[in-house]
Amino acid sequence: MTGYDYYPGCSLKGTGKPYEESLLAVFGALGVGLDELEDWNCCGATAYMAVDELKAVALATRNLALAERSGKDLVAPCNACWLVLNKTNHRLEDDESLQRTVCSALGATCTVPNTADKEPLTYTGTVNVRHPLDVLVNDVGVDAIAEKVTKPLEGLTVAPYYGCQIVRPLSPFDDQDNPVTMDKLLGATGCTVLEDYPFKTRCCGASQMMTMPDVGLDLVSMLLEDAVARGADVIAVACPLCQFNLEGYQPKVSNLLGEKVNVPILYFTQLIGMAMGIDHKTLGLQRSFVKVEPVLAGRSAHE
Amino acid sequence: MSESNGTPRIGVYVCHCGTNIAATIDVFAAQVAAESMPGVTISREYKYMCSDPGQEIIKEDIRELGLDRVVVASCSPCLHEETFRNAIADGGINPYYFQMVNIREHASWVHKDKAAATEKAVDLIRAAVRRVRLHEPLEARRVPIEPKVMVVGAGIAGIHAALTMANAGKHVYLVEREPSIGGHMAMFDKTFPTLDCAACILTPKMTQVRAHPNIEIMTMSEVTEVDGFVGNYTVTVKHNPRYIIEEACVGCQECIDACVFRNGKTPDEFNLGLSKRKPIYMPFPQAVPQVVLIDPDGCIEFRTGKCKKTCVEVCADRNAIDFQQEVTFEDLNVGAIIIATGFKTFDATRVPRYGYGKFDGVYTALEIERLVNASGPTEGDIVMRDGRKPKSIGVIHCVGSRDKNTNEYCSRVCCMYSLKLSHLLREKTDAEIYEFYIDMRTPGKGFEEFYNRVEKEGVHFIRGKVADVYPEAGNTGKLVLQAEDTLAGMVRKIPVDMVVLATGLEPKDDAEDVRRTFNITCSGGGFFMERHPKLAPVSTFTDGVFLAGACQGPKDIPDTVAQAGAAAAEVLALVDAGFIELEPNTAFVVEEECSGCKTCVGLCPFHAIAYDNGKAHINEVLCKGCGTCVAACPSGVIRQNLFEDGEIFEEIVGVLTNA
Amino acid sequence: MTTEAMIRREADRDLEFAAWFTGLVGEEKLRECIHCGVCSGSCPLAGHMDFGPRKLMYLAREGFADDVLGSNTLWLCTSCYACTVSCPQQIPVTDVMYALKRKAIESGKAQKRHPVAVMAKGFTKMVRKRGRLTEGYLIAGLALRTGVHKYLGMAGMGINALRTGRISLRHDSIKRHDELTHLLDVVDQHREEVAAK
Repeated sequence: MTGYDYYPGCSLKGTGKPYEESLLAVFGALGVGLDELEDWNCCGATAYMAVDELKAVALATRNLALAERSGKDLVAPCNACWLVLNKTNHRLEDDESLQRTVCSALGATCTVPNTADKEPLTYTGTVNVRHPLDVLVNDVGVDAIAEKVTKPLEGLTVAPYYGCQIVRPLSPFDDQDNPVTMDKLLGATGCTVLEDYPFKTRCCGASQMMTMPDVGLDLVSMLLEDAVARGADVIAVACPLCQFNLEGYQPKVSNLLGEKVNVPILYFTQLIGMAMGIDHKTLGLQRSFVKVEPVLAGRSAHE
Repeated sequence: MSESNGTPRIGVYVCHCGTNIAATIDVFAAQVAAESMPGVTISREYKYMCSDPGQEIIKEDIRELGLDRVVVASCSPCLHEETFRNAIADGGINPYYFQMVNIREHASWVHKDKAAATEKAVDLIRAAVRRVRLHEPLEARRVPIEPKVMVVGAGIAGIHAALTMANAGKHVYLVEREPSIGGHMAMFDKTFPTLDCAACILTPKMTQVRAHPNIEIMTMSEVTEVDGFVGNYTVTVKHNPRYIIEEACVGCQECIDACVFRNGKTPDEFNLGLSKRKPIYMPFPQAVPQVVLIDPDGCIEFRTGKCKKTCVEVCADRNAIDFQQEVTFEDLNVGAIIIATGFKTFDATRVPRYGYGKFDGVYTALEIERLVNASGPTEGDIVMRDGRKPKSIGVIHCVGSRDKNTNEYCSRVCCMYSLKLSHLLREKTDAEIYEFYIDMRTPGKGFEEFYNRVEKEGVHFIRGKVADVYPEAGNTGKLVLQAEDTLAGMVRKIPVDMVVLATGLEPKDDAEDVRRTFNITCSGGGFFMERHPKLAPVSTFTDGVFLAGACQGPKDIPDTVAQAGAAAAEVLALVDAGFIELEPNTAFVVEEECSGCKTCVGLCPFHAIAYDNGKAHINEVLCKGCGTCVAACPSGVIRQNLFEDGEIFEEIVGVLTNA
Repeated sequence: MTTEAMIRREADRDLEFAAWFTGLVGEEKLRECIHCGVCSGSCPLAGHMDFGPRKLMYLAREGFADDVLGSNTLWLCTSCYACTVSCPQQIPVTDVMYALKRKAIESGKAQKRHPVAVMAKGFTKMVRKRGRLTEGYLIAGLALRTGVHKYLGMAGMGINALRTGRISLRHDSIKRHDELTHLLDVVDQHREEVAAK
């Protein structure tokens, strides 16, 4: 099958490094190509739109223009990047004058990377921005993934946490109120999926964790408390910000709740990689603050 | 009667319609312009032509000036064509020597440019003046009305309408799709605001219906086709088998006891799946007719053919069970039809965040009606699906109503029935009850007082639409309702044992099919459309077909009964007149010239054209004057009264004179 | 708080702001708000805001610009879109919130020292200059501007992040960052031209 372009976004090169590592490892093992977009820039996330709408759209459009050249779909693993790029596509489609303004500015200033002859960048609106959940379930297929599972994660209970921006306001590849793509993928790994996790699409607080820690703590503790109460050993996530929020403050959450919370927060790609027998270092597991190895060991002690 | 000798004498009357026309059109200029049109004897303007003095002017002019054609330029013919035709008939000339010009809906109400609008009005008047010269003196045909009537749907609306008409001596066919009459009202426990027991006030009426010599009840029946026209409908009714011979069954229910199923396995429809029934069952204890029925999907005899048939054994002396019963069809002639097919409740799974179907503790309002009902699945005890008795209950208003994501309209009854359910639940359980509302809509008689009563009983009222329903942490089994308490200005998270969703009312799933069968229209929201929201709330645009009850729009029982009575009165007025006058704008075939090509026969939407002896023949009683065959005839030998080619061409010439 | 604070006179209303606000969404949709409160009810941050999105929209509609633009409500919104998908009048609440954020900054009425506003500014500056964010420096900048003492408690986590290679000390940058800066300037120019018309 034809490969995909890959838009990491700023977080996947930083706090979300394990996401990139496990994503590339899993796609590689499945034989699906992922080419990092040459000279991609920050998508603007939620912050830029709060300051300047036109510039925010221009920023995002540059990435789309870069991606259009290959004709391949663009995979954006971070939920926020995914939403920004998809929303930008919709806005350019709906608003002709916006499209003209942005594209003319783009053509007047930016050139195609890696070419000496200063070819101006253009965008005609044809890039499909996809989330890896979508690609893995709908293009590759759960069966193809299950076939590659050599070390099923039996006895591990995993709560699938989608976060908000891949189901709201757009939900092109999954159900808005009860998404199941991650559930399906996790099911293929052989683990026990916590299907009735009621907060699977509740907001984790995103960047408020950084800017207003008390507020963020409130949101995060609710998500953690419920998962733990339902018997989750691990929480699976699809976004670097969700991952950091759920993982980074567990000591504080433990204080708040009056009970010890020590739950590994793994990217769903890491879990798939583990089930495929890919070694933990390649999957970036050593970068976790809350390590999963003790949980895995504790589980086999029951068997 | 004044007839001219060849040169028509036309009177033209331009109406001001108050300011409706006069504010945009220069009616005086129009009147003057008409004076010089060919054949016009007199041209006048007047403030309200449709009024008595207005009509009197026309009649006087006919008498004094010997007019034999009249043109009135005013509003839509839908409103006053008949008024003026009657006026000129009164004045002594044939009513069809009349042409109405719409310079309101077609000119003053749709254009802002006064000069252009006036010019358009004058053009339209000129067209009418030219046309009316060619009008022929036609006679309206009278057709007798079939005195039998039909009511489709036997809920409270259908029941009340049927009784009213039956008491007036009419034979009523009461057609009901379910195995018993009674509709939704039979499922309710108490009704607001009086807390009358629904069954106690409904069952006497049901009994009256059963005993009435003029009412023929047809349950398990549906209307599949409607042919004909007002006063003379032929309705095809399909009778679905209940596998019981109705006349033989006495309702002893021994067959149910004897059934090989020791316990019911099929979800009981009347109890909304909260209890189970056997394949042979009585729809509900007070069913009319008091006859059981067999469900072929559940019955072993139907599924395998190898049942002991203990039911048949026990019914030996009456032999009422008949596994061979089949669908039958029947054609009935009726003069008028009342549609009272009712509503369906909103499917709460369409709002996933309220958890209906996902969490056991979430119920719809109708399910609660069955729970609190003494003849319901728990005999009136408030016991939840998991056996718990709720100590706290949340009631969520506007589920599937006032929401562009589901239904934009307000369902009208939910605020009141929520209050009622809160009252009943509190009475039975003493639970803490929280009603989450956006507005409290309590407009009827005694409604506001009932709201005050329930407030006094200690029910909490929180103004805020519930955003989310989720299980409480720590496996308590409770569900948390999260909403902004807008009046307090704070977000509240309230854990409750049971959640009640005040689901809205919707048209039934097959409303589209039903409306096509009866040739009526639907309004926004999908309910059947009344002819006029203020002045004709029970009529439809199809003469002879009337509406009653929630099928026309969400409403409570008092309004339903009132509307049913109104529909019955309209039917009685129609039928008691004895005859119907048919508009003579029908098409006819000039038979000598018909080549028998049959092009027209299949085209007629009203099946009015027959092919006989090589010629097409139009039944003028069935013909509605749509003009399809007239346009289609390749030989041009089909003509239409009031729409002759010559008349139409004159109109065209008149409109284009100054183009 | 004196009684005086709760009394508002018609002169306190900024009608231009109110008109700008209701014009944000086509066909006067913002006037269709029935104040059901489901936006505030579904908002994960509402309990921490000066007032939730419902009250914010109500105040904005009436023209109380200072209250609206000076609130922390705008800055607490995380764009989770729960309000937008719940609204029975299908009002795009989140998008309206973004517009209010921008207006707050433009008008100078925003809570300038609110950490989220500070972060947003730092974010745009870094992106404009280098085309990408380096998370560590973004947070450091935030801490410096809003009070390092608040972030001391997170020192442990910071060190952890450095140790596991999830925070880099090297600024990430795109190759053609000049072009990007130029792009943003040209966009500014165009906006000025359009405004001048």
